Amino acid sequence: MSRAINPGMADLRWLLLSMCLAMALHIDHFPVWVSALIALFMGWRYLLERNHWAMPKLWILVPITLFGVVGILVTYRSLFGRDASVAMLALMLALKLMESSTRRDYVILGFAGYFMTITAFLFNQSLLVGAYLLLPLAGFTATLVGISYPHGTLSQRLRTRIAGSLLLQSIPIMLILFLLFPRIPGPLWGVPQDAYRSMSGLSDNMEPGNISDLSLSAAIAFRVQFKGEIPAPQQLYWRGPVLWHFDGRGWHMDNNRTRFAAENLLVSGDTVDYTVTLEPHNRQWLLMLDIPQGLPAEAYRSREWQVLTRNPVRTRIRYEGSSHTSYQLALDLDDRARQLALALPASGNPRSRELAQQWHDQLREPQQIVNAALELFRQQPFIYTLAPPRLGRDSIDDFLFNTKRGFCEHYASSFTYLMRAAGVPARVVTGYQGGEVNPVGQYLIVRQSDAHAWAEVWLPKRGWVRVDPTAAVSPSRVETGISTALPDNTLLPLMARPDYPWLRNLYLNWDAVNNGWNQWVLGYNQQRQLELLSRLSGTQVNWQDLVLWLMGSLATFILLLCLFLFRRVRQSLDPVQVIYRRYLRKLARHGIRVMPHEGAQDVQHRASQQFPQHAVAIARITDLYQSLRYGADAEGKTMAELRTSINKLKL
Amino acid sequence: MQSKIDQIISHTSHIILGKEPQIRLALACILARGHLLIEDLPGMGKTTLSYTLAQVLGLQFNRVQFTSDLLPGDILGVSVYDRNEACFKFHPGPVFTNVLLADEVNRATPKTQSALLEVMEEGQVTLEGDTRQLPKPFFVIATQNPGHHIGTFPLPESQLDRFLMCINLGYPDAQAERALLQSNGGRHGIHSPEACIDGTGLLALQQAVGHIHISDALLDYLQALLTYSRHSNHFVAGLSPRAGLALKQCAQAWALMHGRDFAIPEDIQAVLPGVAGHRLQTISGSSIEDAAHHLLNAVAIP
Repeated sequence: MSRAINPGMADLRWLLLSMCLAMALHIDHFPVWVSALIALFMGWRYLLERNHWAMPKLWILVPITLFGVVGILVTYRSLFGRDASVAMLALMLALKLMESSTRRDYVILGFAGYFMTITAFLFNQSLLVGAYLLLPLAGFTATLVGISYPHGTLSQRLRTRIAGSLLLQSIPIMLILFLLFPRIPGPLWGVPQDAYRSMSGLSDNMEPGNISDLSLSAAIAFRVQFKGEIPAPQQLYWRGPVLWHFDGRGWHMDNNRTRFAAENLLVSGDTVDYTVTLEPHNRQWLLMLDIPQGLPAEAYRSREWQVLTRNPVRTRIRYEGSSHTSYQLALDLDDRARQLALALPASGNPRSRELAQQWHDQLREPQQIVNAALELFRQQPFIYTLAPPRLGRDSIDDFLFNTKRGFCEHYASSFTYLMRAAGVPARVVTGYQGGEVNPVGQYLIVRQSDAHAWAEVWLPKRGWVRVDPTAAVSPSRVETGISTALPDNTLLPLMARPDYPWLRNLYLNWDAVNNGWNQWVLGYNQQRQLELLSRLSGTQVNWQDLVLWLMGSLATFILLLCLFLFRRVRQSLDPVQVIYRRYLRKLARHGIRVMPHEGAQDVQHRASQQFPQHAVAIARITDLYQSLRYGADAEGKTMAELRTSINKLKL
Repeated sequence: MQSKIDQIISHTSHIILGKEPQIRLALACILARGHLLIEDLPGMGKTTLSYTLAQVLGLQFNRVQFTSDLLPGDILGVSVYDRNEACFKFHPGPVFTNVLLADEVNRATPKTQSALLEVMEEGQVTLEGDTRQLPKPFFVIATQNPGHHIGTFPLPESQLDRFLMCINLGYPDAQAERALLQSNGGRHGIHSPEACIDGTGLLALQQAVGHIHISDALLDYLQALLTYSRHSNHFVAGLSPRAGLALKQCAQAWALMHGRDFAIPEDIQAVLPGVAGHRLQTISGSSIEDAAHHLLNAVAIP
């Protein structure tokens, strides 16, 4: 008998399908042997069921389990952490299959499967993944529905219908919980460190090649919603790390090692207000339009006006800022800062030094030296390319006099070198330049491919002035973006290419949907929650209110659902039955309790024994009821007669 | 029609004393075109009941006493070479009749049993390539001793399922027994009852059973019973679709016998012990009546 209530082949198929769906998203980061083992167990279990083979013995399973644990330990060097735990969970679930034959085992697998499904969000929280996860969710629900029915009695159609209606009924509860469940600032629990390994973005130094690598990525760096007009492309310089130290090859941040005074700022003109939604990049800096003035809460700025947070940005954050596009920065240059801005390695790049020395001797005025350098880039056949040739030991010399092919980092680097060699204080600023306006939703998309490097030179009476040598070589890079600046754009990711307008259009629409998802679903934090609910209710809302509302709306929903289901049961009752029940209630009030399995004749028998004076009326009621409910045609007997007979019956 | 039925019952009850419920069930089974199995200890009146029913219904009656050396040919008939006409001539066996009383059916070997059961299912005999129709109406009343008696081959479940109904007679009550003892006793002492009806009349009654109305409400109840028997932990196996059909037909016959042109839940409840008793086996091994009562008490009438 216990055999008969065990799950059958159909249940196993559903379970395996759901597990495959839930684990499919992990396949690219599971080690091959884990995926292979999981596939092996699934196939093995399937064959066992199909061919009615015996389940494997414990002495086979225990060594395999130990092997799996040791394998995870060796592969990940830990059993904890995001990647190791998820791989472990998947592997153990697959192993659990090998000892699962009873309904109880399947229930465990089903619920663990829900948990397995959620783990996909630890890796990717996009809208598509969210939509995809509905599949395994429905699958596990259908599995659980199936095993709640005895062996093989549930048709596929009924199974999917019940699972679907269960999920549909849960949607209002999900929405209520999403809207009203009190949010906790910051994540509920810490996600282990290794979750941030793969985030990309600007780094704190600039070596040849690391920006051009970024340029191949269509990943979104951040999105910006402006309060007013979007500024002209030439002004869209998003200020990131400021680099001071040159080691002959790359540029590095100062990291507060030199004690120079903070640079003071004079601004003029209107402010530009905007909101940035920054993708996580695991670094401390926040990107803001040059030059930032109004800072987001909990951010601070360095002496060189770079905006930072106290902790690395590990989740998508949203901040408001304001900037001035016309400004004067550090009219008086601190001596230590001047030293820093002129420092060069003791040797190397003799030809560049000679050229700079020549400018220094002939031109004297820093502005003219700047112009001379820009003129050099314009006149000489410099080419803007993402695939520059490798540079020799004296990289600046090699670039300026031999290869003459480079990317923004080459231009910024060599320009700053020349300035320093000619005695003009200069530094490299990295960040992003430009961005793409999405007409759907009117916001700016800035991608990793918009990463850029430029220079700042210090001129007397003008302070630090932004000079973009790349603009001298390829003006279109700054004016219309990277995709038109490159002669051969096949290197760029598909979405950043200018051809295929319909594809772009589709993409822009899709990005607008994603932006909404980020803003309203993933970015629905405590602040937004309280704001939204305060606006809806017109009063100030705190978390106690939230809890009350949550309870109230859940209770209301469940009550409504119960009423609805109850009504449906009532409506499915035969009207004759409804009238007859009144008669039964009448009898019950006088001590004749009718059992559910008793038919009308049994009732008649007992009732006429207790009330012989009403025997005729009772017989008539029974006769009417039976004819109306079970008869082929009523033969003139009506419900009205039944109703009046029952009403007239005075016990 | 109603009076005919009442007459049949009262005539039979004059001979089988104090067993009116069983007689009614047996008649319902015959009206529903089924075969009847009577299971009880020896000497309880099984044979008398079948004999009397055949008489009262005015049908041709043959009786075969099953023994362990009975062969299929002894029931179905054999072809014998006729020297005068120089060909094989078929001599029909006792099965060519309206009512076949298969006495102590579980004493025969499985081979003979299955020959009988085949005839019951098909209503025809196929021997040596010739198919011979049995007369209509045709039904079998089989009796058997409880399975644990020595020298019996119990019918397997699959063959029990061929019998529409299985009833027990049980001991008579004191009053009936006294009446029996006061009479001359036994089958020989009684004069043969007169027939109330003939084969054509029975066929008409059987046809009328098919026209008894079964409402959706009643089918709900019937299905609830079937579903419960299949899903409950109380039974080894649930009722088959054939059992469901049997319940429906017997309920129709029962309704006809009570003068209604539609069936009600009480009809199903009345016939269920006879129809489902031999098809249900409880896990605990309790008796047939217990199984049926458990089923009836567990399922609410919708």
